[in-house]
Amino acid sequence: MSNDSKNELPLYEVFIRSKNGLDHKHVGSLHAADAEMALTNARDVYTRRSEGVSIWVVKTTDITASSPDDKGSFYEPNDDKMYRHPTFYEIPEEVGHM
Amino acid sequence: MDAINTDAPRDDDALEKAFQTKVDAETRIEPKDWMPEKYRHTLIRQMSQHAHSEVVGMLPEGNWLTRAPSLKRKAVLMAKIQDEGGHGLYLYSATETLGISRDEMFDQLHTGKAKYSSIFNYPTLSWADIGAIGWLVDGAAITNQIALCRCSYGPYARAMIKICKEESFHQRQGYEIMLTMAQGTPEQKAMAQDALDRWWWPSLMMFGPNDSNSPQSAQSMKWKIKRQSNDELRQKFVDATVPQAEYLGLRIPDDNLKWNEERGHYDFGEIDWVEFKNVVSGNGLCNRERLKDRVDAHEGGKWVRDAALAYAEKQKQRSAAAAA
Repeated sequence: MSNDSKNELPLYEVFIRSKNGLDHKHVGSLHAADAEMALTNARDVYTRRSEGVSIWVVKTTDITASSPDDKGSFYEPNDDKMYRHPTFYEIPEEVGHM
Repeated sequence: MDAINTDAPRDDDALEKAFQTKVDAETRIEPKDWMPEKYRHTLIRQMSQHAHSEVVGMLPEGNWLTRAPSLKRKAVLMAKIQDEGGHGLYLYSATETLGISRDEMFDQLHTGKAKYSSIFNYPTLSWADIGAIGWLVDGAAITNQIALCRCSYGPYARAMIKICKEESFHQRQGYEIMLTMAQGTPEQKAMAQDALDRWWWPSLMMFGPNDSNSPQSAQSMKWKIKRQSNDELRQKFVDATVPQAEYLGLRIPDDNLKWNEERGHYDFGEIDWVEFKNVVSGNGLCNRERLKDRVDAHEGGKWVRDAALAYAEKQKQRSAAAAA
């Protein structure tokens, strides 16, 4: 499987905020010559039914991603710190909801 | 996005076992996760052919765009065709996460190496065909795609969810066209019946070969790429569609079609598998025309892509010069 894409328009990842108050969420990707074209393409491809009030596009090659292979070691420093969770602490029932 | 490529020696058996455990537990597989090569290839084949089908599916409907009977129908048909284009793009983008480029997929389509759904190799002879396509072809596609919303590969499942949400309008507008024609003049009703006669069997073929004749199915089911068998989905479609045809007052062209009280399903006749094989292998009525239209559209758009890239490059250089 070749990854020869030198004639292709670059790939952009698309993130959409569906309404104010919510985060932008990844919805997919598309090809475009530049960021401006990526935005208008994203509007046409991903928001044909008013699915968004704000769009971000990011060149796919500009994204640095963690590797699923690191799963264990990468997240381990946080996995053993149960004292970061509220349930770690015992509060007498008489105190009520806290 | 790159496939994982580490040089460390790995125990493929153990990896595959862990992979299957994940799949069995309904944990979705994501692009950078380890996956068996055959899983990757099966998905690339299935997803790219699904994408091609969406894109080629625009062609038979485009045939009626300029001749739609009213402005409303024209606007609706245009919106539906745009959706099909959009669905193709969702699927291409999801397939690219498996490590194949868009150009390579286009190349496979244009050289005939990759298939698309055979249904689109049938001609659209009358306006009623647009109704029949929405009702039957999109109806069959939805039946398939609802099952795929639970596919083990995350990007494919997510694309399917989005597509299913949009497809419902396609089927409803098609049924509405059929309803209007079935309640129209005798000539219009005859056109609706003729469209049903021609599209019924090809729609049933969309679900693929019988289970007993579909050797790859078992592996795909095990990997949860496929969630229901061809025959199960076909039965589901028939059961849902027969009452809809009755309401239209149209006759489904199958003498063996009848309700089976015991099974709780409709029995139906055997598909003409010779015709199916013929169309799949390129001898349908419109295979050559469809492919030629696709290639022409792609090549005809080349100057636009080149100009857009040249413009982007010029803008980049200008802003670099301005910054210097």
